[in-house]
This record gives sequence, C-alpha cells and structure tokens, in this order.
Amino acid sequence: MSLDIKGIEIKPKRQTFGHVERRIGPDKAASRYEEATFDVQPRVNFHYLPTYDSRYELYDERKTAIKMSDWYKLLDPRQFYYSNYVAARAKQQETATQNFSFVDKKELAVNMPEALKSQILNYLLPFRHAEWGANMNNLQLVSEGYGTAFTSAAMFQAEDRLGNAQFITKIGLTISENEISVLDEAKDRWMNDPAWQGLRKLLEDSFVMEDWFELHIVQNLLIDTFFHQLLFKHYETEAISKGGSALAMMTEFTATWFDETKRWVDATIKIAAAESDENLATVTQWIKGHLPEVKEATLSLAQQLVSNPEDVVAEIDAQLSTRLNKLGVAL
Amino acid sequence: MSEVADNKVLLILQANEDSRPIVEAIRQDNPNAEISNEPAMVKIQCPHKLIIKKETVEEQLGQEWDPQDIQLVLVTLAGNVDEDYDHFTIYWEN
Repeated sequence: MSLDIKGIEIKPKRQTFGHVERRIGPDKAASRYEEATFDVQPRVNFHYLPTYDSRYELYDERKTAIKMSDWYKLLDPRQFYYSNYVAARAKQQETATQNFSFVDKKELAVNMPEALKSQILNYLLPFRHAEWGANMNNLQLVSEGYGTAFTSAAMFQAEDRLGNAQFITKIGLTISENEISVLDEAKDRWMNDPAWQGLRKLLEDSFVMEDWFELHIVQNLLIDTFFHQLLFKHYETEAISKGGSALAMMTEFTATWFDETKRWVDATIKIAAAESDENLATVTQWIKGHLPEVKEATLSLAQQLVSNPEDVVAEIDAQLSTRLNKLGVAL
Repeated sequence: MSEVADNKVLLILQANEDSRPIVEAIRQDNPNAEISNEPAMVKIQCPHKLIIKKETVEEQLGQEWDPQDIQLVLVTLAGNVDEDYDHFTIYWEN
C-alpha cells in the first residue's frame, strides 16, 4: 500500500499585526525587526503625570527640540531587535575571549615594554569610567527618548557600553597580571590627572543635559568619535610601533563596535536633519556648540598618548566634518 | 521533471527569519524568479539562472552576510552552483 503525503497550504488571513501592516503595506511579510519595533511604545491614554517631571507625559515628543512627523523614521540600519542583537554580540564576545586567552597564554601583554604598560594603565584604563558614563547617558536616552525605533537601539547602545567598560577593565587586569590595585589607581587618574579632567567635565555636564537628542549628539557622536578614534585607532597604531601589538588584539571588539554603531548614529542624525530646516539648524548648532570643548578635552588626553597630538585631533576633526557633510550637516 | 524541461533552476529555502532577507534579495535581483510560499518552505524557480548577491542581502539584512550562510537555510536546489565570496549563483548550461 502506498501512502501519499500531501502538503496543504493554509493561507494566513494576514501576514502580520495590523499596526505593522498599516506601515509596510498589505500582504507583505514583515521582518522580525519591523514587528519588534513599529509602534511598540504607547502614544496616548497616559493616566498620571510622572512625579519626577510633571511638565511632560510619560512618553512625550516635547522633550527635545527636534520635531519629527513620525518618530519611526529613525530606524536602525542594523535592524537590531533582541535576538539578533544578542546573537551578534555573543559571536563577537567569543572572538574577544579567544583573543584575550591567546594574549594571556603567550604572555604578550605582560611582556610589553614597561613604559607602554604604564601608559596604558594611566591613559587608557581610566576610560572605563567614561564608558560607564556613556552607559548612563544612553539609558537616559531610553528613558526620555520618543519612539521604539530610537529607544530600543539606544538600549543596545547602553548595554554595549558596559561591555566596552568590561573589556577595558580586562585589558588593565591582563597587563597587571590581575593586580586589582591598578583599578583604584586608574580611578585616581580619572579623578585627579589633568589629562582626564576635560573628558570628566564633559561627561558630568552631559549627565544633567535636558534635551535628549542633544545628549545623543554629544555622547554618541562627538565624545565617541573623538575619544574612540584617539584611543582605539591613533594611539593603537602608535602602541603597535612601540611593541604593543597585544593591545590591538584586546581592543578588537571596541574598534569594530565603533564602526558598526557609527552607522546607527549617522542614520539618526541624517534622518532628523533631513526632516526640516529647523531640525538641521538645531543639530548644526548643537554640534558647533559642543565641538570646541570636546576637541580641547581630546587634545589634553592626546598629549599623553601620541607624538603628534595636534595633528591627530585635527585629523579626527576633519574626518568628522566629511562624515557630517555626507549626512547633510555642514559645519 | 518540469523544472529541467523548462530549463528552470530551483531553490527551496526554509521559511524563517534567516531566509527572509535572502528571498527579498532574490526578488530584487531576479525579475523572472517565481517565488511561492509553501508550508514551512519558500520555493523559488527561475529560467536558466538565479543569482543571490552578497551586497543585496546585506542591504536587506542591515549586517554583514556570507554567501556560505545560505547553507543554513537551504532545503534543496536544482542546477549547477557557482559560489564565490560575493555571490551564490545557480544556473543551467543549456
């Protein structure tokens, strides 16, 4: 007796949720990212005004000077939602762990020149405090921002910063052979060394910034671009020439992370600036307003790290201008 | 087999979130592809040649994609395969 197995296709009545369908059009399969993002945040029927800031509703578009006709235009080009974000980072974590254990096994970090080791401990390790500050700031974006498209990406950005802080801590511990006093000394540098005070002031001032989109620009565009490029690009090149190639292995995640998240930051700025002339003027004014202080803070740290600090800061600045030009923001 | 007679190449992928960007890329790069959704599978037929470009899949996915990853969602295919770092092509010579 033969058995004939037949497949019957049962057509679903609709492909996705109604609110997603209204955005992407009928009879189209939605991606998980679209389903996890579009219109997730409540818009109406909030009951009580928050006691901590009763000027605004719980979610309120008026919390920034940026005006958008639709906040879901600010989509993440990486299309991150929980599961693919976690999968991507788990893969990177695996590579980073391998790099660290290789450096450890071959004693590459311990055998770096002493001068280089102390430079890393004094002028790279304290950056973990800055990464923690970046975590705080991005959580502020999650709490104050409008629209899940932006706030969920900001949440991932916040988590990434804790990861960065942990990797930087691990670099310090690898170099010092797990001597935890280097962390206290790095904290002391962060609090008292003049080279770090520019960045510390920038960060502490940013903690009380009211406008969340301005905070996004200061933290994720300006501070990140200048300091990450200085530490994980220019300083790294210099460290390699002085016998510190192990450092490049240990910062691989942080460096690739910057290039990846840059795409999200660029997309948000490009879309917000293209929305209206008012937005463009606001964004330009914010960037212009904070740029000199960020440059100055970068220079004072660069003087401790690279042989040509002025050139390095000028180069980062020029690259940022080109990048912003492409986003439609002319300085 | 009708696929062979019509000189059509055939590709069947699992229907899931990993294959969705690949199917979208095929739709863009192969105007002649017939795409039909079967239970748990997506069946794609195309006369002579079907090309999957790394670049287009990456646009759809928003992240890097290696053409080898198609193996993870591949059910079956009919045709000769030309696989490289930037594309995955199925074709018939005749």
